[in-house]
Amino acid sequence: MILGIAIIRLSSLFAAVMLTGIFSLVAAGLYVSMDAVDVAFTEAAVGGGIATILFLSTIALTTSQEKTGENTSLPAFFIVVLTGIVLMYGVSDIPRFGDSQAPAHQYLSDRYVYQSLQETGVPNMVTSVLASYRGYDTMGEVAVIFTAGMAVLMLLGRGFRSGARGSGARGSSARGSSARGSGAGGKSPGQREKVKP
Amino acid sequence: MEHHLVLRVVAKLLIPMILIFALYVQFHGDYGPGGGFQAGVIFASAFILYSLIFGIENVRNVISFNLLRIVSALGLLLYIGVGISALIFGGNFLDYNVLATNPLSGQHIGIMLIEFGVGMTVAAVMMMMFFVFSRP
Repeated sequence: MILGIAIIRLSSLFAAVMLTGIFSLVAAGLYVSMDAVDVAFTEAAVGGGIATILFLSTIALTTSQEKTGENTSLPAFFIVVLTGIVLMYGVSDIPRFGDSQAPAHQYLSDRYVYQSLQETGVPNMVTSVLASYRGYDTMGEVAVIFTAGMAVLMLLGRGFRSGARGSGARGSSARGSSARGSGAGGKSPGQREKVKP
Repeated sequence: MEHHLVLRVVAKLLIPMILIFALYVQFHGDYGPGGGFQAGVIFASAFILYSLIFGIENVRNVISFNLLRIVSALGLLLYIGVGISALIFGGNFLDYNVLATNPLSGQHIGIMLIEFGVGMTVAAVMMMMFFVFSRP
């Protein structure tokens, strides 16, 4: 929480990138303390490692100081506050952490916990759920990563080795630009059509 | 970073261990924490560390850009191919039970293969992104 506020308030992007890396590390520690080792592993590797490197190379491409502008818009503020209120209202319907009466714990968790070893022969429950029971989801994730890579390639990789251009001039993050690219130009990579299950 | 002796020596010591650790995470993901996604990221991070310290041109000489593109597509195709081969063997899509005579070993083969596909795609895409972003 404190780290998040600090990241928003900072105008030096380099310090903000360092703080996001620290935040990922703290989050990884939190996940370990909740016994979610796989998630912590991913958070430390991706959030603390790769994302920080990508942010840093984005800074190297663009600039390390945030542009400060006094363009505060009142309707945008109201929309943000309204969305926040709606989201908080939605949160109130989510079952509490560790609630044994939650819908997910009625029969699904029991099956995963007690029968996944007999059904798949894999001791790590996370792997068996990810790769076997939820194979479609994982395939979608791999397709998303592939599409994001192709989108980054389309946005920044044209004329590779032909000198730097101002493509990422807005200092947008790797994820943001890749999300925009995959939404806009999803048709161009030829493998995209095969992705749909 | 040619003149940072400590960084160069430590990186030379660390990079083989990082690669071995990535392979361990990849193929031990059934038994411990980890899996294809994490392994791919760790594998890519070894190459990224090398290119940060010894210059990116050396890495580009080893791993060409086209190779990364092909590998990233191959990973996804391997994943889908496992699903399709399950269809061919008479099961549902991504139903690994039919891949071998024994359902358990079928599950094992299927999970191993798709994790390998995930690792290939993730590692290639991460390296590709880094190469594109760090264009001089």
